[in-house]
Amino acid sequence: MLAAVASLVLGACAARDEGSSSGNTNSSAAAPSQAANAANPAGDGKAVCSGVSLAYAGTINGSSAALGQNILRGADLAVKQHNQANPGCQVTLKQFDTEGKPDKAPGIVTQVISEADIIGVVGLPFSGESKAAGNLFNQAGLVTVTPSATNPALADNGWKTFFRGMGNDAVQGPAAAKFLTDTLKANKVCVIEDDSEYGTGLAAQVTQALGSKASCTDKVKTGQTDFSAVVNKISTESPDAVFYSGYYPEAGPFAQQLNDKGVTAKFVGPDGVKDPEFVKGAGAGANNAFFTCPCVPEDNFKDFTAAFKATEGADPGTYSPEGYDVTTILLKGIDSGIKDRAGLLNFVKNYDGQGLTKHFKWDAKGELSDTPVWSYRVENGKIVNNGQIS
Amino acid sequence: MHPAITAALTQTDSWIQFDVHGLASQFWNNTVDGLAQGGIYALIALGYTLVYGVLKLINFAHSEVFIVGTFATWLTFYALGFRPGADPHLSTIEVIGFLLLAGIAAMAASGLVAVGLERVAYRPLRNRNAPRLVFLITAIGASFAIQQALKLIFGLNQQPQIRLLQPQPLFRIFGAVVTNRDIILFVAAVLLWFLADYFVNKTRLGRGIRAVAQDPDTATLMGVNKERVIVVTFLVGGLLAGAAALFYMMKIPQGAIYNGGFLLGIKAFTAAVLGGIGNLRGALLGGFVLGLVENYGQSLFGGEWKDIVAFVVLIIVLMFRPTGILGESLGKARV
Amino acid sequence: MNIRERWNNLSRPAQWAFLIPVVVLVYFLPVLNPPILATSGTDFPSAMFDVARYALVAVGLNVVVGQAGLLDLGYVGFFAVGAYVAALFTSPNSSLHKLPYLWTLPLAMVVTMIFGIILGTPTLRLRGDYLAIVTLGFGEIIRLLADNVTPLRGQSGFERVGTNNAGQPFFENATQWYWFTVTIIVIVLLLVGNLERSRVGRAWVAIREDEDVAEIMGVSTYKFKIWAFVIGAAIGGLSGALYAGRLGFVNNQSFDVVTSMLFLAAVVLGGAGNKVGVLLGAVVVAYLPLRFVQIADYNYLIFGIALIVLMIFRPQGLLGARQRLLAKGRQAYQHLIGRGEQVSGESALAEPGGNQ
Repeated sequence: MLAAVASLVLGACAARDEGSSSGNTNSSAAAPSQAANAANPAGDGKAVCSGVSLAYAGTINGSSAALGQNILRGADLAVKQHNQANPGCQVTLKQFDTEGKPDKAPGIVTQVISEADIIGVVGLPFSGESKAAGNLFNQAGLVTVTPSATNPALADNGWKTFFRGMGNDAVQGPAAAKFLTDTLKANKVCVIEDDSEYGTGLAAQVTQALGSKASCTDKVKTGQTDFSAVVNKISTESPDAVFYSGYYPEAGPFAQQLNDKGVTAKFVGPDGVKDPEFVKGAGAGANNAFFTCPCVPEDNFKDFTAAFKATEGADPGTYSPEGYDVTTILLKGIDSGIKDRAGLLNFVKNYDGQGLTKHFKWDAKGELSDTPVWSYRVENGKIVNNGQIS
Repeated sequence: MHPAITAALTQTDSWIQFDVHGLASQFWNNTVDGLAQGGIYALIALGYTLVYGVLKLINFAHSEVFIVGTFATWLTFYALGFRPGADPHLSTIEVIGFLLLAGIAAMAASGLVAVGLERVAYRPLRNRNAPRLVFLITAIGASFAIQQALKLIFGLNQQPQIRLLQPQPLFRIFGAVVTNRDIILFVAAVLLWFLADYFVNKTRLGRGIRAVAQDPDTATLMGVNKERVIVVTFLVGGLLAGAAALFYMMKIPQGAIYNGGFLLGIKAFTAAVLGGIGNLRGALLGGFVLGLVENYGQSLFGGEWKDIVAFVVLIIVLMFRPTGILGESLGKARV
Repeated sequence: MNIRERWNNLSRPAQWAFLIPVVVLVYFLPVLNPPILATSGTDFPSAMFDVARYALVAVGLNVVVGQAGLLDLGYVGFFAVGAYVAALFTSPNSSLHKLPYLWTLPLAMVVTMIFGIILGTPTLRLRGDYLAIVTLGFGEIIRLLADNVTPLRGQSGFERVGTNNAGQPFFENATQWYWFTVTIIVIVLLLVGNLERSRVGRAWVAIREDEDVAEIMGVSTYKFKIWAFVIGAAIGGLSGALYAGRLGFVNNQSFDVVTSMLFLAAVVLGGAGNKVGVLLGAVVVAYLPLRFVQIADYNYLIFGIALIVLMIFRPQGLLGARQRLLAKGRQAYQHLIGRGEQVSGESALAEPGGNQ
């Protein structure tokens, strides 16, 4: 396992030495290959630091644990690679389980803040817990980079410590609408939302962007498995496409039941649906499914994927590369000699560099300036890249 | 939805709709789905009704008896070599054979849990002559414990779907597609109900059940083995729940999830109360009525009101007609 | 003579002399941050606030379940109503007129009392397990309404709950919230204790022990059941409003049926009908999972099994209820037998021969 990490580190270093001129020459189709100038957690191997930690705060064993595990593993890989390459700078990644619950988050965040050696935080993954605890980070001046909370309003709170590692719903919503109308040529779209903040927020953006083409809407609940009434409604409407704004556990049976009723409309889901579990859950219903995601295809990060498998013992999932990227940025700050929270906050605020997934440079509200949205489709039971849409 | 209604709704920003047009246009589709789902409710409701009839106890953990059956079904499919993902292509004989196997496994698992529950949790309480609330709290504890044990074993997420029977459209009634699966679910529910009814009303053991339901002390004096009758009651309820679990997994192949029993259990209990708890025919009627009402209600009010419809039905029935539609109890049924 | 009898034989001043240092110690816990007690994953004062919140809920639910013997499986609904009242009147996300946070506490109590009357009037005609199921249904309906009714904002929820117009929270840190909550618990305990020793309390015990006999003996059972329901609701609403103020964020995620079961577990484990018992139960249910994070995965399983085992072997809970049926019990007992009142060791859940 260590050997694998080491080889990756060496290989990546070599790529780094070639400099930024190599670019994306070997990219297949429209997807980028691993950006050669992507920030690498290993750095130059000469970093010196002591007594500093980073923390992951978010769900580990609670609800939607799979998403939290994806992020945590990405962050863990970055820290392991860093520590492997830098014997003089051993950074600890502390883990705090909020179970994804808003009422657990404040107590846990207060604990994170009270541990003085933690100077940067990866999290919180969900919008609800971010709302409940984001202000505490702001008061403490402890920088947080979320790899997955997509609610646009989070950036409007005036929190100086809030940074988002990917595009928010206001970026994905219009892009998804454009994908539905331009690429899939849908004139009638049914927008179905679940009851999560993510689902309702994104559905509002998509519906607004679709305008009159959003011809029907309905709502379902998290944990629902029987969608017969909603399916009947869609089957009488006979739309060209169905946009499901929610997560994959509900999207799977929903797509299957649509397929069973003979609904041939294209099934489109956002990043919350884009998961191999959806393909398994939907069976034949996944065959005409598409996804939109503010995430860059990870299948092209060969080095990253190989190292991830070797170190974490699992395939990288949605938001694993994002978790890896944002952790790398925090590690770069530590390597530059920063020892305190104020310094790291300032470092992230002024950061400007290429990552695995995208270029990272934040505006005053903590939003990224460059947020690509990609589309994906299902082919032979696998999620494959379908091209960039914005 | 009619454009005028849509416009009216978006203008007033109301949070509840009254989509009469949708209810009418989807009526027959919802009727077919409601009957298929109602059969499942009815089979689970029979378990509540039997135990209530005999012990005057709401077996709160019956929902977990059911959910164990869904896991048994899934595990059987898995053990037979099927893996989640694409639907397998099987001949009719193979499908029937494998489904029967899974059904037997599910009924065995559910029956075992039901009888185990009776042994471990309820019998000690009966021996101590505990009050009814103690039974209910124990049942809640058991429900909690089984749920959490399933969560520890199988994890938080649903088991990925394995589906052997692909639904094929057979014919249409009033434009609504009826699939082979809908027919199987409906017919099987009615058939199993007939079996249960025959068992309770026509067999020797069934007579014992009715006797204990009517008057446990007199029945004991007359030579009925009360403990045995109680075990049999739990067993029958468990077997029916196991069968319901198989049918449920045929309808919703993603159904095996640790906390999936709660809502179904509450709804099946609602069905039992709706028909008249303690009454076998009531359970069947209540199941179908609830399945229909739930689907019509979703069309009328919107999908997010699905569960509230069932809860409101439960409360209205309990408050205004706690004896349910048919009203007679197991003990008072024809002897 | 066991501990409880010895305690009962002490005079009031002697009891207070013992209680006051205990209460002072409880107040200072988050400041002392004792090494063995301190939680590792969660900030200790925040954990202590959580325990206090559960304790207040348990005291309130105890009035309904322990005193009056009404099994309420939807108590989280009242908790939710209280939290939403605080949120609606203090959060900038709400279009309602903003009130100072402190005013929302009595308001939350009043609103939940009205809810208690609305829910109790029809349902309390039912008995035993039917009542339990109906309350369960009402609890779920409240949660689902919070989701479906747009002005209640579903999972988006209300932010900055309990802040004033300048955006400042009512208390700065968790320790202050803890002190505030403990103070409220002490006041509520005194009030509920007085109520227990009054005519109302005796009526409750009578209803709990045998509703039919109570009715025949002239107790207006329906009225007193509603009283219990409403007072329990008010305390639930109060704790909900405190929770909302401390958290500063309210959405529909914290009011599910599992939470309701945990509330009930706190009361039943500790000993329904016994105020000290339910406080102990709340500590068990809220504190242990935070202290021993390594068992966090198993805690619900353990609570479930504990409920079964307890119901079989010790249905009265860890500490059983006392049968305080005399208004001036101590004096009467001392006058009659020369020492404090006797302990029956039984509770609503353990009456002998209470067959159906």
